[in-house]
Amino acid sequence: MEKKMTWKELPIGDILKGGTSLSFKTGNWRSKKPVHLPEKCINCFICWISCPDDAIIVDAEKGKWVSFNYDYCKGCGICAYECPKKAIEMKEEVEK
Amino acid sequence: MPSIRELAKRESRFVSGHRLCAGCGAGIVMRLVLLAIDKPVIASCSTGCVEVASTIFPYSSWKVPWIHSAFENSASTISGIEAAYNVFKREGKIEKEIVFVGFGGDGGTHDIGFQALSGAAERGHNVLYICYNNQAYMNTGIQRSGATPKYAHTTTSPVGKVIPGKIQWQKNLVEIMVAHGIPYAATSIPGRWNDLVNKVEKAIKINGFKYIEVLSPCRLGWPHEPELTMEISRLAVETCLWPLYEVFEGKYKLTYKPKEKKPISEWFKLQGRFRHLLLPQNTQLLEEIQKEIDRRWENLLRKCEEI
Repeated sequence: MEKKMTWKELPIGDILKGGTSLSFKTGNWRSKKPVHLPEKCINCFICWISCPDDAIIVDAEKGKWVSFNYDYCKGCGICAYECPKKAIEMKEEVEK
Repeated sequence: MPSIRELAKRESRFVSGHRLCAGCGAGIVMRLVLLAIDKPVIASCSTGCVEVASTIFPYSSWKVPWIHSAFENSASTISGIEAAYNVFKREGKIEKEIVFVGFGGDGGTHDIGFQALSGAAERGHNVLYICYNNQAYMNTGIQRSGATPKYAHTTTSPVGKVIPGKIQWQKNLVEIMVAHGIPYAATSIPGRWNDLVNKVEKAIKINGFKYIEVLSPCRLGWPHEPELTMEISRLAVETCLWPLYEVFEGKYKLTYKPKEKKPISEWFKLQGRFRHLLLPQNTQLLEEIQKEIDRRWENLLRKCEEI
């Protein structure tokens, strides 16, 4: 999943550009996967604020929950545990 | 204080792709602290989990200017930047308001970085220092630190026939920082996002050195189930082991009072490092800890003028 930089692309002098870890996908760490149950969700954003990996996408303008970002979600399950309405379920990640 | 929806409108400045463990408390702390600040930020970070996991060459998870120089000097690095900023400002080379934040783990704050922290506090730099306290050197393999609680199992204080875990009490660094006479010191947890956001927001409005210590559950070193990170930090507050309070201009204030004080065994039973304390032959050790927690809690209540 990781896109490796060539030596020509590597930053000089150990000065890194901001936010570049976005090109390192941590989603393959996951063994369990959060699944959203929209009928139970009240768009409280508790899952969003509790996520250590910033892997939940919300639409702040509309006040709506959008999706999980499975590229980065490590499957810790904090969102499912914290959800006051039990609107997130953890399911086994299965190979396709 | 901004609502959760207002916070969601702000840009995330600690982004995905960092390699902290699944369910790491520190990841939540970094996100919340940066979300709480609605101004440009310059951050420094001591060596520790956050540093090694968020800035693995050639990637960085930070969308703010960020610097790491060594284990011990997060506080002095950020002090130097703040001093340089003051000179630029005086000479009219810079206009904008910048918030300076120093980060450090408990090793880089309580032990190795303590003299840098103490010096920065004494000089009174306009800096906010955040200690994410996971109560041991987790990054290097769970060695005991000055912040490790008594009788906790670590790889350098292993539970066995000789000792029942770490034999000393943890330092109370918040009290030490209060003794420096800084304008603001507080404790917080990731499990109550509004408490942390509120305290950071309050701190950055104050001129001078501010210190916030956040308990950061470590699913690898404590160890606990990854989904319990937030719950376990709240339970530390409910058992009065980690009271939520702030000290503003020397005045103590409890920011959250548990409705019912839970026994410390409730907190211990979720963590592997305290498993031995729940065995029948170790009830004496458990009682000893409970007694000390009760004493410290009452002491704090007295300082907060709650009793």
